Amino acid sequence: MRTCLVVDDSRVIRKVARRILEDIGFEIAEASDGMEALAWCRAAMPDAVLLDWNMPLMNGVDFLRQLRKEPGGDDPVVVFCSVESDPNSIREALDAGAAEYIMKPFDGDIIEAKFAEAGLL
Amino acid sequence: MRSEDIDLVAALCRTRAGLKVDREKTYLIESRLGALARREGFGAVEDMLDALRARREERMIWSIVEAMALSETAFFRDREAFALLRDEILPGLARERGAKPLRVWSAACSTGQEAYSLAMMTDALATAAPVEIFGSDLSERALEKAQSGLYTQFEVQRGLPIRLLLQHFNKTDEMWSLSPRIRQRVRWKRINLIADLTALGRFDVILARNVVSGLDPVARARVLQSLAAALAPDGVLMLGVDETADDAPEALRPMPGRRGVFARDPAFQKAA
Repeated sequence: MRTCLVVDDSRVIRKVARRILEDIGFEIAEASDGMEALAWCRAAMPDAVLLDWNMPLMNGVDFLRQLRKEPGGDDPVVVFCSVESDPNSIREALDAGAAEYIMKPFDGDIIEAKFAEAGLL
Repeated sequence: MRSEDIDLVAALCRTRAGLKVDREKTYLIESRLGALARREGFGAVEDMLDALRARREERMIWSIVEAMALSETAFFRDREAFALLRDEILPGLARERGAKPLRVWSAACSTGQEAYSLAMMTDALATAAPVEIFGSDLSERALEKAQSGLYTQFEVQRGLPIRLLLQHFNKTDEMWSLSPRIRQRVRWKRINLIADLTALGRFDVILARNVVSGLDPVARARVLQSLAAALAPDGVLMLGVDETADDAPEALRPMPGRRGVFARDPAFQKAA
């Protein structure tokens, strides 16, 4: 089964995302900020990362830039999921290596469509 | 809903647009007409229909039919269908036509996402000739929204890749606004598919996806025949992936291995 790391400082968002992603066949791990996510990735690289932007300790973009420097860190397909909807911010996330970008709020259809677009389904 | 109300709505939909109203789905009728009734200042759907019985106003009739005809749409709906258009159908037809523009029709396009998806897709295709895109719908309201090129954050996240969003849209307040360049590539027209379509000319590709399955059998046969007649001899009709042209077997032939894709039968209306 393929794995997806859900990174968000909101427990509620993680729970909602987990339920949607489990329904489309992913095994889920959770992290509440970039530091914790990095620790997960160093232990075992996931196939996908659903990544919030604004988090304490390490934000999403900083995490993504660091991830790409790690051994095997180019492999995970990263989909951002943030309230940030300014086109320049979205471009910054894509430039840092994100495959797709979801603007909150989201629903199951949006996650599924974006994961399909990122080649994950 | 009262049984006579359902009868009235079903009769209007059938005679005006060939629409089949599923009598079992009263919740669907309620929810679609409920919003219209509120907009028109009625307390309930029943009140709106009573007013219509008292005075059969054409504008009101069409508002009801259009509300019932409204269908869901999304950018690049059915990714496989768009991949087929991009990789095979459009390049093949473009080679045949040479410098002559390709004409593509998004029929019953609702709020325009399909027509604009075609516009964005063909914008990136290196065809020798331009691709002319037409969008039509029964509903003026839907066409007004289509023409505005304004979509909600929710709508631009259903099927539209993020890179195309950044490339072709600007964010204005809470809405996303499609660039004038792409908007100008589509021409819009209110068209009732059960009307005479012969004045529209010939199209190389017609998309009428998830449309005919919502029609009653008589209207379905008629619409399929009209669409076939509007196709160029080597043109292609795309229905929904689960739809067939079984009601007009003399006009259309399924293309092998391509679900929901049909060619005009060479013998159809040849004498005409």
